[in-house]
Amino acid sequence: MTLVEIVLALLWTGLTAYALLGGADFGGGFWDLFAGSAARGRATRKLIEHSLGPIWEANHVWLIYAVVLLWTAFPPVFAAITSSLYIPLTLAALGIIGRGAAFAFRKVSAQLWQQRLFGAVFAFSSVVTPFFFGACAGAIASGRVPPGVGQADPMRVWLNPTSAACGVLAVGIAAYLAAVYLTRDAQRQAEPGLAETFALRARVAGVIVGGLAVAGLLVLRWDAPALFRALTSGPGSPLAAVSVIAGLVSLVLLHRRAYLAVRVTAALAVAALLWAWAAGQYPYLLPDTTAAEVSATGPVLTAMVSVLGVGALILAPSMWWLFALFQRDLPARR
Amino acid sequence: MWGFFAQGATPADLMAARMQMALSLGWHIIVACFGVAMPAMTLLAQWRGHRTGDVHYRLLARRWARAMGVLFAVGAVSGTILSFEMGLLWPGFMGTYGQVIGLPFTMEGIAFFIEAIFLGIYLYAWDRLPPRRHMLAAIPIIVAGVASAFFVVTANAWMNQPTGFDLAGGRVVAVDPWAAMFNPATPPQTVHMILAAFMVTGYVMASVYAVAMLRGRRDRYHRLGFAIPFTIAAVVTPVQIGVGDWAAHFVAERQPVKLAAMEGVFQTGEGVPLHVGGVVIDGEMRYAIEIPHGLSLLATWDPNGRIMGLDHVPRDEWPPVNVVHLSFQAMVAIGFALLGLAAWAGFIAWRRRRLPRSPWFYRAAALSGVGSVIALEAGWVTTEVGRQPWIVYGVQRTADAVNPAPGLVWGFVAVSVIYAMLTVATVYVLRRLARDVPVPVAPQERDVEEYPVP
Ligand code: HDD
Ligand code: HEM
Ligand code: HEM
Repeated sequence: MTLVEIVLALLWTGLTAYALLGGADFGGGFWDLFAGSAARGRATRKLIEHSLGPIWEANHVWLIYAVVLLWTAFPPVFAAITSSLYIPLTLAALGIIGRGAAFAFRKVSAQLWQQRLFGAVFAFSSVVTPFFFGACAGAIASGRVPPGVGQADPMRVWLNPTSAACGVLAVGIAAYLAAVYLTRDAQRQAEPGLAETFALRARVAGVIVGGLAVAGLLVLRWDAPALFRALTSGPGSPLAAVSVIAGLVSLVLLHRRAYLAVRVTAALAVAALLWAWAAGQYPYLLPDTTAAEVSATGPVLTAMVSVLGVGALILAPSMWWLFALFQRDLPARR
Repeated sequence: MWGFFAQGATPADLMAARMQMALSLGWHIIVACFGVAMPAMTLLAQWRGHRTGDVHYRLLARRWARAMGVLFAVGAVSGTILSFEMGLLWPGFMGTYGQVIGLPFTMEGIAFFIEAIFLGIYLYAWDRLPPRRHMLAAIPIIVAGVASAFFVVTANAWMNQPTGFDLAGGRVVAVDPWAAMFNPATPPQTVHMILAAFMVTGYVMASVYAVAMLRGRRDRYHRLGFAIPFTIAAVVTPVQIGVGDWAAHFVAERQPVKLAAMEGVFQTGEGVPLHVGGVVIDGEMRYAIEIPHGLSLLATWDPNGRIMGLDHVPRDEWPPVNVVHLSFQAMVAIGFALLGLAAWAGFIAWRRRRLPRSPWFYRAAALSGVGSVIALEAGWVTTEVGRQPWIVYGVQRTADAVNPAPGLVWGFVAVSVIYAMLTVATVYVLRRLARDVPVPVAPQERDVEEYPVP
């Protein structure tokens, strides 16, 4: 593996982590939005708030990590993407503001009207933000982001069939992951009723996301044939197959109430899809632009990898502690 | 249809991009100050409460922790939009120099992880961990907060003193990321910023309690709530003025054009006077109090020292003089006013071993929070506007860095509207938190319900 490939892998790992963890936090907002009236949805909202509270900021940092790695390691690609996808990225950023701030505000609000207002902002921006990110991914995957600064048509670059398909798929994936994770959380907190509800939601969402993925492939075939070939018969196909199998296994596991195991397979299905895309596109980051051509200079990459290596030594155990602490049941309550 | 891109952004778009950057940075920096300094203050109160068993300390710690939860959330989201904006607004800068300033940002990313992880543990595991271990969990937050301020300011320092790379045909080559990070501007700027964070946090927190004390609530809880943050800020203030002097000498030596704008010096000369106050009208400093030889003395330690004026560089390389001059004056004036306030409290503490009792003191203290925030913003305006027209000093012009896409003006409008709403909501929620008596637990806040708050 070359240094550039290592950095690319680190970048894609960060993006995957963001999709699996941050994505599920957006999905939590999705279920919050559809939890029903204030009275009926109280238990659901409480569960979501309780599960997201301690971890969403840490999950969110994966996005920062990916953005910073991209601009450090492949500066021209970062400039091309941000300048061409100026509109959807601005909207996504505003969505992030609404989501994070309103979540924190709702938590400390005591009055119903405030909780409703902030809750609505939180839930609404949780649904639209992944759509814009998905649309950006679709624009890049279909080769619509040209190299150079601001070379694309600012509307059509993200208003196109592949972007639409990827945007909707992103929302679906977020909702699906959240339902799967929350099922186990509800079960652990001895809320069997809620666990059943979320298991059902996860199954429905799983089937819908599977359908969306198939529909997305058909869109790709017509709109982005190169990526379609890479995913179905090219270098991305083994991973795409893993994704399909993991998705099917997840449905079975949900049916069997293996709520812990299904977390793993559901995450695997999503991760494999992302890596299938990466494998299908490699070594091109943008049209006619390979990673090696636009990467930062050697000393920068070396410094970055070393710093990340040292950082991982601190971060891995800390992150483990965070997740383990809140997955454990409370010692002797009341 | 979009062929006119190649012509670059219109002046209105460039202006909008600069205003958007200024708005979102100026907003973020206030909350970021709390991210840097508030965990330390909270831990101090909690630790005192643990040691002495005094419930007032423990109540304060709980209340501050709740405010931290809100402030960190808005800090994180307002910081995220900044990292997007670096590319959305300035792709010409990031596409070329992103790799040069990438190293500190990578480190900052790690610091953010640490901050967010331990913040989650600290805020939500109050009842899950024994007190000592819980307090230990706050230490990584403090370290990472100070470190992240350091890292991000090194990147800004590099924009003032670009080192650690060569240019060949418009591409950067031979990058030494460590030399870029530890550029000559790094020491004064980072120290000045971190101290500013402690001042802003301390004075703002103290002013909340000063207002309460003016309204007659002078019980132990409010006195302690005032004394802890105020003491920290007051101790930092004289140090900050010394560091500000260091920063000014640095600017005099390395960014003479910025100094000329800060002081409104148009003609290069020797024995240059110091201008206090005043505005520039028609290329001339008016209504200023002149202290003869003052500037030469301060900047070069020689009353007849030579100061470079704006006439030294072409007109199109002048920063906007009035903005820079007035901001710098405002920062220095507020710095000395805060020093006076700190000295007042220090004197009473030394002679009488207690807090001042005069309502005038608390009236002044109630303003110290706003004042320190204005000084913070004014300092950044001095630094950033004083660097214009360069985005990277002497290397790249801001106009060459901006995104050529049309419609940046509309992005600015949208961002302004969202920030206005965010500001209203943040202030509203924080005021509610401050008014709650004594430390309420929102009905849904089951995570910390069981923490034994007396
Ligand atoms: C509470 C805030 C605060 C206070 C009281 C002061 N400053 Fe300041 N100053 C800042 C907060 C700040 C800042 C916002 O943090 C800046 C912007 C960039 C930086 O590194 O620090 C800054 C920048 C800054 C610069 C520009 C540095 C550059 O462009 O590289 C100078 C010359 C000074 N300061 C000087 C002073 C002096 C002489 C002060 C004494 C009275 C003073 N500051 C008080
Ligand atoms: C948080 C405190 C900061 C504040 C309040 C601040 C303020 C400002 C202001 C007022 C401008 C507009 C200047 C003009 O166009 O006339 C500006 C520009 C800019 N600043 Fe800062 N700044 C801060 C820190 C930083 C840091 C840490 C960085 C980078 C690491 C940075 C990067 C930029 C960039 C890229 C621009 C746009 C180009 C330019 O106008 O020079 N700023 N900032
Ligand atoms: C002098 C300027 C700055 C200082 C001192 C500063 C400091 C901080 C601190 C201490 C935090 C974490 C605490 C909190 O969330 O409240 C934070 C958050 C953040 N800042 Fe800044 N910042 C500055 C400017 C910038 C700039 C220019 C950028 C981006 C280009 C940026 C990006 C971020 C991001 C992405 C976060 C969120 C991290 C998270 O999710 O926890 N900051 N900043």
